[in-house]
Amino acid sequence: MVENDRLGAWIAHVVLIIGIVILAFPVYLAFVGSTHDAATISNGQMPLTPGPNLVAAYEKALFTGTSGTTREPVWTMMRNSLIMALAIAVGKIAISLLSAFAVVYFRFPFRQTAFWIIFVTLMLPVEVRIYPTYKIVSDLGMLNTYAGLTIPLIASATATLLFRQFFMTVPDELVEASKIDGAGPMRFFVDTLLPLSVTSIAAMFVIQFIYGWNQYLWPLLITTSDNMQTIVIGLRKMIVTQDALTEWDVAMATAILAMLPPVAIVLLMQRFFVKGLVETEK
Amino acid sequence: MEKRAIFDNKLLPYALLLPQILITLVFFYWPASQAVWQSFLIEDAFGTSSEFVWLDNYRDLLSKPDYYASMLTTAWFSAVVTFLAMAIALLLASMANKQISGRNAYRTLLVWPYAVAPALAGVLWLFMLQPSLGVLSKLLRANGVDWNPLLNSNHALIMVVLAATWKQISYNFLFFLAGLQAIPRSVIEAAAIDGARPMRRFWTIIFPLLSPTTFYLLVVNIVYVFFETFGIIDAMTSGGPARTTTTLVYKVYQDGKLGGDLGGSAAQSVILMAIVIGLTAIQFRFVERRVNY
Repeated sequence: MVENDRLGAWIAHVVLIIGIVILAFPVYLAFVGSTHDAATISNGQMPLTPGPNLVAAYEKALFTGTSGTTREPVWTMMRNSLIMALAIAVGKIAISLLSAFAVVYFRFPFRQTAFWIIFVTLMLPVEVRIYPTYKIVSDLGMLNTYAGLTIPLIASATATLLFRQFFMTVPDELVEASKIDGAGPMRFFVDTLLPLSVTSIAAMFVIQFIYGWNQYLWPLLITTSDNMQTIVIGLRKMIVTQDALTEWDVAMATAILAMLPPVAIVLLMQRFFVKGLVETEK
Repeated sequence: MEKRAIFDNKLLPYALLLPQILITLVFFYWPASQAVWQSFLIEDAFGTSSEFVWLDNYRDLLSKPDYYASMLTTAWFSAVVTFLAMAIALLLASMANKQISGRNAYRTLLVWPYAVAPALAGVLWLFMLQPSLGVLSKLLRANGVDWNPLLNSNHALIMVVLAATWKQISYNFLFFLAGLQAIPRSVIEAAAIDGARPMRRFWTIIFPLLSPTTFYLLVVNIVYVFFETFGIIDAMTSGGPARTTTTLVYKVYQDGKLGGDLGGSAAQSVILMAIVIGLTAIQFRFVERRVNY
């Protein structure tokens, strides 16, 4: 800071550490929960330090599932979540790159209209059109399919806006040079524009992967069969409210497994994550 | 802003736009227009015939006290979560913006909850606050609080607010930190030379200069509470006890799930649509202003 005050720095360290501890505490407890057996937890006797049940809980979660509410092993759920998250991230990036390319590099009738059609979807989140959208997916026979889980979510105004913004900063000379070399538009797109967009694509990928992995309302509506459910939905079904039947050890192991992939991506790709978050929201 | 160097092709741009436009038309515009249309209809019990009733569904909806109750819950919930999540994030961001050792490590350790699904955040907090076995419930009970979110609606609301706030702090933190880093050091140094103490500098210089970020986050947080807390509520309380944690979005879901009143559920959707459009419009007007400023 401006004054060289020791006290200020101390306060900063203390406040930040308290913040970190508060944010981490629920996850730490979930981890502790996944290392004790279900009876200990249900009795309210769980200590605040890890116990001996770790391997058993994760093994049961991954390969058997809970005995009651949802019998699906968690690795099936993880597979479903992974397919959903990857399909949404890749799908959104692919169709948004194409749309942004069309809007920026061509002049054609209804160009503005097309842009607005995409843009207005920002104002129509799934939550405001729950049942009509469900009905269409069901009429198209896409309930309980990966197509039904992903395709309705891959339209993306934010990704289109981000790529459009980025394409605007690409120097015009590159287009001229491509033209002189005799390259057509698609050639330019693949050979010049895509390699330049790698950072934006990576940033978008991180944000959209997390978005896809964490979807809740949509898979809740679209998937009814257990072997299609995602891990977040599966976890929710393991928690039986107002009932002692919840197998908390397995549920907490599932909770930890459910947050590992997206949290790992944020931590490993932090630079892209921050870029993606801050730039898409402008 | 337009490109000068462009390609000539009559059909290609349409082909490029086709996948995106097709998806938006089929899965966004068609259902949204269906919702608007249905909100003017009343179907008979068997769904075989429907009658156009103008605004009867809306009149019906707005005459029911539980709709207002749910509006009030949503408003209260948005206000509290937005305030808490932003205040805590601003405090953490101003601390992390100081020239202290380990700044990057602090940032890393504060951003990861962004990646946790809302429903999962709900489950984590439920595990701590579950009346019979939660670690925090035991602590509360030991201190004489008869903690029971399954029966006490205030307790249920507090529980949902905690989970929703916890999840949103990281996001706000990142934006506040970016905003703080964009404030020129010279301005703050000038104030320091004039003898302004840190607190005074914060409120008279830093906070006003942060206002674009604050305003942006205000809108984003309200939208978050309206829509994305669905998973938190469903995982923690299922809207209970006695519907006291039922937000507007959760009510659309529940009313529709129980079946029956398609027109009423559609009318609720249309009102929500109007709210999102309003919030988005506010956000973009402000973005334009910021560009000039």
